[in-house]
Amino acid sequence: MRYHWNWGIFFELSPDGTYAYWQLLLFGAGWTLATALSAWLIALVFGSLVGVMRTTPSPWLVRIGNAYVELFRNIPLLVQMFLWYFVLPEVMPEAIGDWLKQLNNASFYNAVICLGLYTSARVAEQVKAGILSLRGGQRMAGLAIGLTLPQTYRYVLLPMAFRIILPPLASEFLNIIKNSSVALTIGLIELTAAARSMSEFSFQVFEAFTGATLIYIVINIVVVNGMQMLERRVAVPGFIGTAKPVAGH
Amino acid sequence: MNATGPAMITISNVSKWYGKIQVIKNCTAKIAKGEVVVVCGPSGSGKSTLIKCVNGLEPFEQGTIIVDGISVGDPKTKLPKLRARIGMVFQHFELFPHLSVIRNLSLAQVKVLGRDETTALANGMRLLDRVGLHEHADKFPGQLSGGQQQRVAIARALAMDPIAMLFDEPTSALDPEMIQEVLDVMVALAKDGMTMIVVTHEMGFARKVANRVIFMDKGEIVEDAPTADFFGKPRSERAQLFLSKILQH
Amino acid sequence: MFANIDWNIIVRSLPYLFFDGMRFTVTLTLLATAGGIVIGTLLALMRLSGIVPLALPAGAYVNLIRSMPLVLVIFWFFFLVPYIGQWATGSERPIQVGAFWSALVTFTLFEAAYFCEIMRAGIQSISRGQVQAAQALGMTYKTSMIEIILPQAFRNMVPVLLTQTIILFQDTSLVYVISVTDFLGAASKIAQRDGRLVEMYLFAAVVYFVISLAASHWVRRLQHRIAIIR
Repeated sequence: MRYHWNWGIFFELSPDGTYAYWQLLLFGAGWTLATALSAWLIALVFGSLVGVMRTTPSPWLVRIGNAYVELFRNIPLLVQMFLWYFVLPEVMPEAIGDWLKQLNNASFYNAVICLGLYTSARVAEQVKAGILSLRGGQRMAGLAIGLTLPQTYRYVLLPMAFRIILPPLASEFLNIIKNSSVALTIGLIELTAAARSMSEFSFQVFEAFTGATLIYIVINIVVVNGMQMLERRVAVPGFIGTAKPVAGH
Repeated sequence: MNATGPAMITISNVSKWYGKIQVIKNCTAKIAKGEVVVVCGPSGSGKSTLIKCVNGLEPFEQGTIIVDGISVGDPKTKLPKLRARIGMVFQHFELFPHLSVIRNLSLAQVKVLGRDETTALANGMRLLDRVGLHEHADKFPGQLSGGQQQRVAIARALAMDPIAMLFDEPTSALDPEMIQEVLDVMVALAKDGMTMIVVTHEMGFARKVANRVIFMDKGEIVEDAPTADFFGKPRSERAQLFLSKILQH
Repeated sequence: MFANIDWNIIVRSLPYLFFDGMRFTVTLTLLATAGGIVIGTLLALMRLSGIVPLALPAGAYVNLIRSMPLVLVIFWFFFLVPYIGQWATGSERPIQVGAFWSALVTFTLFEAAYFCEIMRAGIQSISRGQVQAAQALGMTYKTSMIEIILPQAFRNMVPVLLTQTIILFQDTSLVYVISVTDFLGAASKIAQRDGRLVEMYLFAAVVYFVISLAASHWVRRLQHRIAIIR
């Protein structure tokens, strides 16, 4: 019983007759990117905040920041998704819970918030590492010329820290794109879900997944090149950044 | 120590390029059995590179190097076998940090020469005696001082019963008070009749045991003279300049 | 808010959750880690070998896997492994592979790509001087790798390797998408059967949290001790 290849399947219409399979995959890719970009915004904002918190002189801010990171890093992403999507509506007061449950595109919003906060913990790690890799004298120099601590962060520390962590940040962005696939478990029809659904309707399993794989590869290449261009544009002449080997994906 | 006799190491018209840059320019030299030759010169003169060509650690594009009848540059030569017969001592000692001192000495004897463990260990202890480090056999490199590490490194090379020893700036990475203990070991080795090529700035050592001094500058051998001649009346201006700089302190 | 919670359900399902679910999770984690490190080290050596027919496929494989989501890779192997079995054994129809074996193959080969990059960094961090010292003593490539380079690379990379294992431990939860009963799957089954989503998912989250937190703290302490010895 050999597998029957049919690469033309991409041009055939899906069972509900409106779109060809290749279009469905592209819609899926669209949802993937929309989820990833929205979540990335949340991740950057919260991650930078928490990362900065963990480098301040205030021990309480540091502890809160550490707790935040530990919370989101030690629970699997899938479990976090379930908590947001299934558990949150149940533990909210009834009115809010009911509203959440019937929200249009609930899986999208849940995915964005869940993914955003999950990734923000990782971004916080990078931001903290970036700031700490700067020589301690930088902070002192900023304060010495009369800047307040927030100003020192804003004008002296963060501009350099972000340049240093561009490579690992690029990595995190790619991770967020890949991690968006986990949202298929809560009903988001992103790229992997679209491929799965295509494979179920058409029985052309390998064509479907090859299509999705190729799209992920293309997205990867675009993001990597984009990041390299960004790195070159913002590079400070004469400065060599650092990036150490870390675990994860 | 006037050694004349059959050439043990013959370097003929050797040239080497790193990409477009020529780092060794047409070098020729002969070292007889039992001779001690000091190679000196400003940094970047190619002396370390040349010595690493002798045991094939660095490849070279032109010329030939013959060691005890075996051509180093010949593609058919089995380099590991040749290297087992030539000992090398590095500027940064390069002891294996994860092995104890005695294991550093016995490892290559067992794995390369095929000696059995007992013989290798006995040999190792004998050599540790010879360099004055008998009690440190079970310590790890990280627990020894630089001078002690370098003496172990010399013992490690001697454990292979080499026909010649190559020294690449053996005391350059040592604190001043430890230089003498290493030089003493090298002087004793020379007096025992070992064929040695020593890249070094230590002119006191050269005057004491070297038969000849080779002066290199910008990849070329500028002077190759018996020790007394070199220090008494160096012919080239560059050698005179170099000597005046290093003999000052 | 927490009025209707039945905490008893957790107590009653503990045996199933841990003996069936957690046992699967831990087994999968340990086996995939072991296999992944072995294959990953081989891939790293291939990439660093300088021999194009070895380095190119290894590099292509690693880059391909690292650009794909784990969920997609799980689906790929879920459908692919029976066909590979068919090709390997020459049978007429795709071999029925249990979900466990499919998951094991998937995670081992997936993590191998990540372990490869870790080991590659580890091997490259060993100074050239060590390589030259080994060569100067007459050691062949193989001997110097086995005796000198790899032992040091491993030691240096132990914290990172362990952290990757903790990540693997969390990633195993994704076998959910092929309906395999790991710890999360077990919790999910009970949640859906008894309508107790809140209790089961909260409990699952707490268990993962405690285990991962304890493990990563232990790794950090290990890192401190290694740093002192240096």
